[in-house]
Amino acid sequence: MAAKKEKQFNPVETLHSIEEQFEMFQILNEEGEIVNKDADPNLSDEQLTELMTRMVYTRILDQRSISLNRQGRLGFYAPTAGQEASQLASHFALEKEDFILPGYRDVPQIVFHGLPLHMAFLWSRGHYEGSIIPEGLNIFMPQIIIGAQYIQAAGVALGFQKRGTKAVAMTYTGDGGTSQGDFYEGINFAGAYRVPAIFVVQNNQYAISTPRELQTAAKTLAQKGIAAGIPSILVDGMDALAVYTATRDARERAINGEGPTLIETMCYRYGPHTMAGDDPTRYRTSDTDNEWEKRDPLIRFRKYLEEKGIWSEEKENEVIERAKEEIKEAIKMADAAPKQKVSDFIKIMYKGDLPYNLQEQLDTYTEKESK
Amino acid sequence: MAQMTMIQAITDAMRTELKNDENVLVFGEDVGVNGGVFRATEGLQKEFGEDRVFDTPLAESGIGGLAIGLTLTGFRPVMEIQFFGFLFEVIDSVSGQLARQSFRTGGRFNAPVTIRSPFGGGVATPEMHADSLEGIVASQPGLTVVIPSTPYDAKGLLISAIKDENPVIFLEHMKLYRSFRQEVPEEEYTIPLGKADVKREGKDLSIITYGAMVHESLKAAEALEKEGYSVEVVDLRTIQPLDIETIIASVEKTNRAIVVQEAQKQAGIAANVVSEITERAILSLEAPVLRVAAPDTIYPFAQGENTWLPDANDIIETAKKVLTF
Repeated sequence: MAAKKEKQFNPVETLHSIEEQFEMFQILNEEGEIVNKDADPNLSDEQLTELMTRMVYTRILDQRSISLNRQGRLGFYAPTAGQEASQLASHFALEKEDFILPGYRDVPQIVFHGLPLHMAFLWSRGHYEGSIIPEGLNIFMPQIIIGAQYIQAAGVALGFQKRGTKAVAMTYTGDGGTSQGDFYEGINFAGAYRVPAIFVVQNNQYAISTPRELQTAAKTLAQKGIAAGIPSILVDGMDALAVYTATRDARERAINGEGPTLIETMCYRYGPHTMAGDDPTRYRTSDTDNEWEKRDPLIRFRKYLEEKGIWSEEKENEVIERAKEEIKEAIKMADAAPKQKVSDFIKIMYKGDLPYNLQEQLDTYTEKESK
Repeated sequence: MAQMTMIQAITDAMRTELKNDENVLVFGEDVGVNGGVFRATEGLQKEFGEDRVFDTPLAESGIGGLAIGLTLTGFRPVMEIQFFGFLFEVIDSVSGQLARQSFRTGGRFNAPVTIRSPFGGGVATPEMHADSLEGIVASQPGLTVVIPSTPYDAKGLLISAIKDENPVIFLEHMKLYRSFRQEVPEEEYTIPLGKADVKREGKDLSIITYGAMVHESLKAAEALEKEGYSVEVVDLRTIQPLDIETIIASVEKTNRAIVVQEAQKQAGIAANVVSEITERAILSLEAPVLRVAAPDTIYPFAQGENTWLPDANDIIETAKKVLTF
């Protein structure tokens, strides 16, 4: 009697076979060459130069922000250099009606979504006027509690689904953020309701000082989406074309009712975690820094655009000068903001009538502050 | 008018607002087909559809985040936390996010969210179901906290909470869900948030209380009347913000007060009520303001809860100290 051969289940093999499938999606290599012609989003020259302009602008904004912070003219600041493709190319795939729920490093995206730069500066300084989100601008202010924005994004996307709005909720966190319960709850809720959300994990390799390897046994962060039953992709986060394409496709699926996507962008932050005293030399070597700087998103995109004949040093200098000028202007505007009063704080606590305690305190402070 | 239990009044309030405002959504764990573990949402999914009344995955923090996101698209979520002991799973969404939402967006995105949740002792639940955690949320600026003690109040207050433009925590004492019926109008009516109700008038002592302790206090007041004391019972109904006017008016009339809560002495809001009375009416007082509260232990094991919970006898004992001071 021939024994029927039973299929042997091997959980170790299952894991490996899933992990092996998460190859890094790349279109533009470090030399600025297209290596994945089929995936090329074929952006117009105008779109390509606009995306480059935004990345250059953001690099300058980062440099200026760091020096303004050192001069005491800016407050809380989380450097962005190295993450321009991850931030700006993902945002480039969005439309105005899409809603962004950023993490604290994701100020460039909300600025390019429409937040006036001087408001971003006021937010950094800790002035409430920086947070008065203009009517019609679909953003939330940057989230400080790591992961909280993920569950909120699921809610915004559910709202869009219920309203029949053809828009997506887009949210960002980092590699450390994927260890949070809210990360899992967010992608899981979004998957269960099949809502139009895009979850971006900007894997810049360190959660402050804790290396990516200490966060999880998972080989990729993208594969965490599989557990939630949502499409997930690992992308070269230093490659603007790959980040753009992955986000564009995710948005298209979302708008078509096919639910959320998780995108891991493999990138690096050149600077410290924030300007509040973090010293990356304690946890990174300059060899690692140099290794990543070779993959710089601007260098490869510049090469690609120059090769196409649509970018030049002159053009780049124009962008740099304009950025510097606008930053100067925005700082001036931020300087002009009035001194904050306790009575201002009381007035934004609630919509409508104040409870007795705040009303009493408002009366007291209004009198004190009118002197 | 219909005779309703408190749970029926609560269901009726949600039904009324689901009918009145298409932006109202009701969601939480098991609130759909099942109608909630206490049947608070009984029949609502059938009547209003799965789009408006729906189940969530089992994750309280996610439910809170969902509510926040839904407000950003113009909805008015009525979310259920299945038991308020699970607050700790959702405390960031509640205190870290919702309470701050108007503030951190400069007033652009107010948060009209109602969080309904059962709590309270005396019904032999496992751990983390019965705790009186209202003090934790009442101490968080940005939140309104409501605790009804009757079916009539529950409906009017819940409708006000749902209509409110700011986050409201609406806590439902499990022991009161089906303990008695009361005439409740079938139409919409509101009871303003932040307004207490004098449940019994008196002139010798004010008992300031809320939730299930309203009924223990009324029992105590009746017993004390037989001994010749006229006792007033003030039901706060909203514990944050307090109705200072009613509290102070009562104390100025009776010149003596005690504050009664089911929460431990170091928890709840009794200390806050005492402070307000001291700051505003000390010259009216003939005696110190004392508190009746549970001991400062963790909420006890079910078989011991009735010896731990404050009751009418504890209230009478403390009332007499103040009355004979």
